Order: sequence, then C-alpha cells, then structure tokens
Amino acid sequence: MNEQQPADAAADPLGDETVIQLIDVNKWYGNFQALRDVNVSVKRGERVVVCGPSGSGKSTMIRCINRLEAHQKGQIIVDGIELTDNLKNIEAIRSEVGMVFQSFNLFPHMQVIDNLTLAPMLVRKMPKADAEAIAMKYLERVQIPEQAYKYPGQLSGGQQQRVAIARSLCMQPRIMLFDEPTSALDPEMIKEVLDVMVELADEGMTMMVVTHEMGFAKTVADTMIFMDDAEIVEIAKPDVFFTNPESERTQLFLNQILTH
Amino acid sequence: MNDTTPSAAANPRHTAPPPTERVAMLRWMRENLFNSPINSMITVIIALFLVFALPDFIQWALFQSVWSGDHEACRAATGACWAVVGEKHRPMLFGVYPYDQHWRLILALVIYLSVIAATMTPAFWKVKILMPLWIFNLIVTLILMWGGVLGLQPIETSQWGGLPLTMVLFTGTVVFGSPLAVLLALGRRSHLPGIKSICVVFIESLRGVPLITILFVAVNVFPLFLPEGLEFDKLLRVMAGMAIFFACYQAEVIRGGLQAVPRGQIEAAEALGLSYWQLMRRIVLPQALRICLPGLVNHIIAAFKNTSFVLIIGLFDILTATTAVMEDPVWRIFFVEAYLFVALIYFVFCFALSKYSQLVERWLGEGRRF
Amino acid sequence: MISAAVPLSCAGGGDFSLIHFFLLSDNMASSEDSATEKLTAPDRVTPKGDTSIFNSMAFRGIAYQVLLAAFVILGGLYLYINVNANLERQGIATGWSFFNENAGFDIGESPIEYDSEDSYGFALWVGVLNTLRVAFVGIILATILGVFMGIARTSRNWLLSKVANVYVEICRNVPVVLHVLFWATVVRFLPHPKQAITPFDGAFLMNRGIVFPIPNEHPAYIWVGVAFVLGVIGAIFLGRWAQRWREMTGQYIPTFLWGCVIVIGLPLAAWLVQGAPLTWNVPALRGFNFQGGMALSPEYAALVVGVTVYTAAFIAEIVRAGIQSVPHGQIEAARALGLRPRFIMHYVTMPQALRVIVPPTASQYLSLTKNSSLGVLIGYPDLVNIGNTTLNQTGQAVEAIAIMMIVYLSISLAISTFMNLYNRLVAIKER
Ligand SMILES: Nc1ncnc2c1ncn2[C@@H]1O[C@H](COP(=O)(O)OP(=O)(O)O)[C@@H](O)[C@H]1O
Ligand SMILES: [Mg+2]
Repeated sequence: MNEQQPADAAADPLGDETVIQLIDVNKWYGNFQALRDVNVSVKRGERVVVCGPSGSGKSTMIRCINRLEAHQKGQIIVDGIELTDNLKNIEAIRSEVGMVFQSFNLFPHMQVIDNLTLAPMLVRKMPKADAEAIAMKYLERVQIPEQAYKYPGQLSGGQQQRVAIARSLCMQPRIMLFDEPTSALDPEMIKEVLDVMVELADEGMTMMVVTHEMGFAKTVADTMIFMDDAEIVEIAKPDVFFTNPESERTQLFLNQILTH
Repeated sequence: MNDTTPSAAANPRHTAPPPTERVAMLRWMRENLFNSPINSMITVIIALFLVFALPDFIQWALFQSVWSGDHEACRAATGACWAVVGEKHRPMLFGVYPYDQHWRLILALVIYLSVIAATMTPAFWKVKILMPLWIFNLIVTLILMWGGVLGLQPIETSQWGGLPLTMVLFTGTVVFGSPLAVLLALGRRSHLPGIKSICVVFIESLRGVPLITILFVAVNVFPLFLPEGLEFDKLLRVMAGMAIFFACYQAEVIRGGLQAVPRGQIEAAEALGLSYWQLMRRIVLPQALRICLPGLVNHIIAAFKNTSFVLIIGLFDILTATTAVMEDPVWRIFFVEAYLFVALIYFVFCFALSKYSQLVERWLGEGRRF
Repeated sequence: MISAAVPLSCAGGGDFSLIHFFLLSDNMASSEDSATEKLTAPDRVTPKGDTSIFNSMAFRGIAYQVLLAAFVILGGLYLYINVNANLERQGIATGWSFFNENAGFDIGESPIEYDSEDSYGFALWVGVLNTLRVAFVGIILATILGVFMGIARTSRNWLLSKVANVYVEICRNVPVVLHVLFWATVVRFLPHPKQAITPFDGAFLMNRGIVFPIPNEHPAYIWVGVAFVLGVIGAIFLGRWAQRWREMTGQYIPTFLWGCVIVIGLPLAAWLVQGAPLTWNVPALRGFNFQGGMALSPEYAALVVGVTVYTAAFIAEIVRAGIQSVPHGQIEAARALGLRPRFIMHYVTMPQALRVIVPPTASQYLSLTKNSSLGVLIGYPDLVNIGNTTLNQTGQAVEAIAIMMIVYLSISLAISTFMNLYNRLVAIKER
C-alpha cells in the first residue's frame, strides 16, 4: 500500500502498527492460479474493502489470512506471527481473527447462545457463566438479545448474519474478516447487517471486507482494493478510487456495478 | 365420518349435504380398489385368495389350536399347538441357565427393557441422565447374570443362554462397535493417505466376507493369536468379532453423514479456532449422526438379527436354545409353532425399533429439537 | 495502545476488558516491537511465533501415519509369531500342502463329478460352485420377487399395497438364519417320496427335495440358445439405432416392445424351424426314489427359498423408495411439456429411479451371496461348509478360513466392480 500512500501519511488517523501483511502471496488450485503476487498490508484500526468481479480471488485471499486455505508461495504475517503450517501459530491467529461468511454458517443443531459460547469455552477455556455474559452482551450489541434461546433455523437471514457477527466478536478478535456478508440476504435485511458493521468500524476494529455494497465502502473504508484475475489491480483511498481510479479495469468494473 | 354433519350444518356456506358413510365407503373402494380394470382384477384375485386362505389360517391358529396340555392333546387337535410354547418356553427363553435361578434373568430383562424404553423417551435425552442410567443398567444386569456377589450363586458365561444372551451379544456389539465405527469413518475421511488407506482396506475387507467367517476367526483363530496361557472368554471373543463387523458397516453409514455436513460448518468452526477433535465432536458428528439416523438404526436392527448367527458356532442364544429344544422327539413336529414364537420376538423388537426411528426422523423433520 | 487493541470491549462497557487484556497480552508484546516502525519503512516485520517442528502439520501428519503403520505392522508380526508358536506346540502343519491331500469325505451334491478320493482343493472348488449356484439363482429370484413387491407397495390398489407391505415387514424383521432354518425344517417334515405332494403334474415335493420335469435334450436347443444370444445383441443394437433414428427424424420407435419381440421371437423361430421338438423328461418313482427330471436337494431348496424371501423384502423396500424418490414435480414438468406417459416413464422416471435403486440393490446381491454361507447350518455343501469340514479334519484353521475369506472377497469385488461400471453408465453427469 506504501506506493499509493501520499506523503502526508503522518496525518493519517490510523495507528502505524501493521497487523496484516501479505508479501508476494501466490496460490494455486491444482494448475489454476487463484492468487498471483498479492501484496497487501493493513494497519491496526484500518478498514479495507475488497471488491472485484466474481472469481477474481477475493475470497481466496481473505481465507488465506486465517488459513482456511493454505498459500503456496510468499509470506502472510498476521499480528506479527507468520502463517506456516505450524498448528500453534494457526491456532493463535484464528483466535485473534474473526470471520463472517456469506452463508452465515451458524451451527444449526445449537441454540444461538450455544453458538456464541462454544468457542470462548473450548478455545479460551472461559467459564460458562463468563462466556454467557459476553454472549448476551454481543447479542445486545447486534440488537437481538431476545433470540438467544432460539435455533438458527428459526431466524431470518439478517438475524442469522448478525448472530454470526456476534459469534465472531465473542472471541474478542482484533481483526475481523467479512466475505460478502450481505450477498445471501434479501434486500430489506442488508441494511440491518451493514449497520452493525458500520458501528463496528466506528469503534476502531481492524476490518477487511469483501463486498459489493459501494455505499458501505464509501462511508467506512480507509482503503479500497480492487482485484481481478487473481491479482490486485489497484489499492487506493476511497475518494481517489471512486472518482479517479488509475486502472481502466477498475473504471470498467465501477461503471458496471454503480450503474445498476 | 358422521361427526362432520353438525359442523357442516353450523357452517352456512356448506350447503351440500355431507357424504353419508355408505357412499363414502363406496367411493373409497372405487378410488382405492377398483380404480382401473387391472386393479379391479388384482383386487378380486387377492380377495378370493384371502377368502379361501384366511379362515383356514384363523381356524388353525385360533379356534382349533391347543393352548395348554401335553403333546397328546396337540396330536389329537387339527390346529396349532401353542402348548409347545407353554411347555418349553423356559429352556427356549433362558437356555441351560440353572432353572431355579431364572428369576435373575427375568429381573435383568425387565431392568434392561425399561432402560431401553427410557432411552427412547426424548425427556431422557441428556448425557447426564443416559450415561449413569446405562452404566447402572449394565452393571446390574451383568451382576444378576454372573452372580458371585451379594450371595448370588456364580454362573459361568458358558451357561448363559436364550434371550438374555441375545441381548448381551446385541448390547456388546452396539456398545463396543459404535465408537469404533466413528473412528473408522473419520479415518476413512482423513486427508492423510496412510490413515485413509488402512481404514479403507480394513472396512472393505470385512464388509466383503460373511459374518460366519468372522465368527470362525473369533472361535478358531483368535485363541492362536494369544501367547501361551492367555485365554479369553468365548462369549467375549464372539462379541468382539460381531462388534468389529458391525463397526465396518456403520462406518460407511457415518461416512455418508459426514459427507453431507456442509463444508461451511467446518470452516466456521476452524475460523473460531476449534481443534480437529473439538470441531468433530461438537459440530460435525452431531449433525452427521442426525443426517444418517435411518441408516444407523437399520444397522442396529441388523446387529440384533445377526446375533442369531451364533447358532453356527454353538453359543446358546434364543434361536439355538429353541432349535435344541425342538430336538425333543415328542414335541419336534410342532417346530412351526416354536419358530413362530421366536420369530415373533425378533419381529416385535425389530419392527418397534424401525417404527421408532421413523418417528424420530419425523420429529427431526418437523424441526423439533432435543 | 491498549485501547486501540481492544476497541470493542472498551466500547462495550469494559467490565470484562480485563479478561480480554489478559488473554491478548502475549501478542500485545509482539506488536509493540513493530509499532516502532515508520509508515514509509519497508513493511517487513520479523515474524514471531512458534517454530517448533513438532507443531507443524506436515510433521504431525507423518507422525500419525507412521504410528498407525507401525501399530499395524508390529501388531501383525506379534500375532504371526504367536500363531506360529501355538501351532507348533499343537503339532499342526502350516501351509497349503493339504490342498493336494485326499479329502476323504463325501459331498452331498455337486455340479461336477466328485468323490472322496479327490483332494481338499478340489472339494473346496466344489464348495465355491455350490455357493455360486445358490447365489446366482437366489439373486434372480429375489430380484423378480423384490421388484414385484416393491412396485406393489406403490400401487394405487390399497389391498395389493397392504399385502406387499405385510410381506416386507414380516420378512425383513426376522433374521435370515431363522428363515433358512425354518424352511430347512419344513422340508425335513415333508412326506416320504411315496406320498410326495404334487403341486402340478410331474412335479413332486418331498423330504428328499423337489423334482420337476425338464425338456429332453435335443440338438435344436443349441440353436435356440444361439438365437437367444443374437436376439439380445440385436435388441441392444435396435435400441441404439432407434435413438439415433429419433434424433435424426424425430420419429419414435417403441424399442421395448420390439426388443421383446426380437428376444423372444428369434429363439421361438429357431425352435419352430427345426420342427418344434419337445419331449419332457418326467420324473417317476422307481423304488424308493424318483428318477428323471430335474432334482433339487432339500437343503438347496431351503437355502434358496430362505435367502430369497429375506433379500426380496429388502429389495422391495429399495424399489419402493426409488420409485417414490422421483419428485412429483418432475412428472408434472414432463406432463406440462406434453410428453406422453411412456416417454415420461422412459426419459424421466426410470433414469432417476434407477440411480437410487441400483447401488443399494447391488449391496443386497452381495449380502445374499454372503448369506448363502448359511448352508453350513443346514448341511448344504457350500464353500463355508466344506471349508469348515476341512478345518475340522486338518486343524489348519488359519488357511481354511483364509480361503473362505479370499473367495468371498473376490466375489464381492467382482459384483461391486460390475455395479460400479453400471453406475457410471447410469449416473447423471453432474456439472
Ligand atoms: N476449492 C477450490 N478448488 C478449485 N478452485 C477453486 C476453489 N476455490 C476457488 N476456486 C477458484 O478460484 C478462483 C477464485 O475464487 P474465489 O476466491 O472464490 O473468487 P471470488 O471470491 O473473488 O469470487 C475461482 O475461479 C474459483 O473457481
Ligand atoms: Mg467469493
């Protein structure tokens, strides 16, 4: 990102601690290259929005950051720890990094409250009472405390996604990854999820969000990343990105999604 | 049908008279028995057959049958000789277990069946309840059968027989087989080629051979495996063989369930930082086992029926006991009644279990949670 | 710094921020180092974290596999040593030399010439053939009965579906051992040959088995057989050709009907052309036994009936589930397209139902084959029975049981290979 960073970076409100760093990351699925020489660095408190056409490798990139996928070349360093196939490190990073999926992936056989307390109890070894207190706190934050004792199947899509966000927050992560969190939602539910995410951003959470919600990007993003064909095409501040993008591909993409 | 009349009258919009019972029955018959020329023909053929065969059968089974008395009475009658069950039920149900100790087996059976009934009740579906209940059940029933403590006369497993032995074999098979099945299924789904291939070879070779050959191994070869001087109870060896056999089939069912759990579930659990065993135990297996419940029950039923294979290697389960009893020259011509009695016991157990599994499936389908 | 690291807990009220701080304090230390870096400085940070090889997934993976392999190999070795020691102590020979020794026992029935002078190897081979004889006939009968009962269960005729339902529930909830034992006892209590039951002219049921008439041998039958094979091949080609014809011209040819005509008509024509020779070899009572016709031993009959009746109940259940698995919407969609019922059956219902029916049916065939080993229980000389006799006479349990297992494994492998091939033909290409 340094290349694009203007000289007045000192005035930037972000901290100067790098928490996510991808250096020349490459990944293949069989012979198909899904990531080509990807370089990204994210500062503490930075809000990064990733966009690009479908199949461009956005999901692959953020899934590499908590090692749901393994990269084959390059370095990924999260919170100062390099991601290798060392289980201790993977464990440490996963408990620091929360992730929200397009398809919610709530555990259907558990009540909402058990979805939320499971990881704190098993991974953080937290006593049940503490875990439940935290769970209720975050359910209130996402404004559905009354759903605590329901099963995921009994909730609407927007409620499920908010539970999923709360579930990640219960692990007290320092970084949150979102992979198209609103793509599976009916239009009237998108806003309730985005509201939660905006609030989270306002509190200074480090976030990396794959989304096509450009309104959201304009309000919260510190940095925009555009990916196409397994590569990062452009990294820019949102004002530059939306008004005057460097690359033609970016322009084309923006024209396509903004005219809809 | 009649009770629809008042409600129809109460509702002014329903002006047409409700169908009377006779018309409704005729319509039902037209729709379900005579809905095409071929179906009418089939109905007539089956009905004729039933008209000729059923009365004879009922005569034989009920009206002309002998319910008590000796074999002379049976030979004199033209109907079934249910007296054979009355006469021989003790050795059929309890084998060569000492006659005056049969009360222990009856008590054990009562306890065992009540625990099974409790296990089938959703209200008891908590690990905290079921675990102690089953441990209690197993300890008490085994003490009752074995004896040697609390002033009970000790009785060797070689003297165990009949229905309790069937139950012991069945329980041992399921209790020891199920954990093994889960391990084999997980091993077969492992991404480590070494573990996967060993599990595949193990599962497929055992599924490829008849149960009898495995029982032969348990009886004839297993003793050779052990160093000199070490011996295992025959019942235990047979049980182990049946448990392993059961596990291989059940592993395949569980594998199907594991495959059906969406990939996103595992990813979400991994993203939360759960370890392999944590995510398997808490997230994947509970869902997988629910998905493959019908298959699991099918193989549990099969395990119950498979206990009858021990007839070949001379363990005294209920079928062996019955066959032995039916060697009695005085009673042997009434084997049909004796086998029907045993068949009924198997049928009631297996049929109830399969109906029960359909019920649970429906509960799960309705979204009922436990 | 701390507030930046734990923004949420602070914002959220802070009463558990202490826990949070405590839990994260490890990493906090490491991030403080990098915090000193300038924004414009090269972004490389020296990675912290565990580098122990024992925690690497690659190492663990190899370790688990090596451990399991070692367990299997060492366990096998241990058992092998024990078996050898035990056999030596008991003075039992090992190896396969008994194969060529005289068996010395008679076999009740054999499709090939055998007497007690023959070797154990040959006796076992007779057992294999006897097993296949039961399995082959059993599979055919169970398929016919099972498919019929399965379709009957889905019939719109209430009486028929109920009768089929009763059959299925009774037969599959009673152990196959009991089925076989029951029929074996029934056969044992049938009357003597002199009072044999005659279900139709020329056929006799008795405690010596079943005899029924068969046509006398005639050279014309060879040609009938050839005609049948040609008919089957012709029908297959007809099917292929009809499909291409339909694709080219749009005309439909009722392949099934014409296929039946060819398969039945060709042998019939061959038979008629040669003067329609037909004389029956009718069994007749000579002394204490029947001569002529085709005779089935009581054990064979009981075993076939037992395993057939049992397996057919399962096949019926599979067929029913297969037919009902085709969603009604599929048939409605086909109707909405204006397809005629026979097209719907041919192109929509059957392909989808078969995909559900065939794999479990194949495993039922396997289980029928394995259940034919119940011959040992009722004295039918199948492989397990003869293997068991061999075991008892030679004492070579390991070899005798290994032979049985290997043979059954080969049969299983053959059937499942065949079914996999079929599956690949039938499977809907997904993606
Ligand atoms: N598990 C996988 N195996 C093979 N190819 C994959 C896999 N996951 C993703 N891909 C391919 O990698 C490319 C990038 O995928 P993805 O990162 O999901 O794209 P995006 O999220 O930008 O739509 C796509 O072409 C996709 O087909
Ligand atoms: Mg994606």
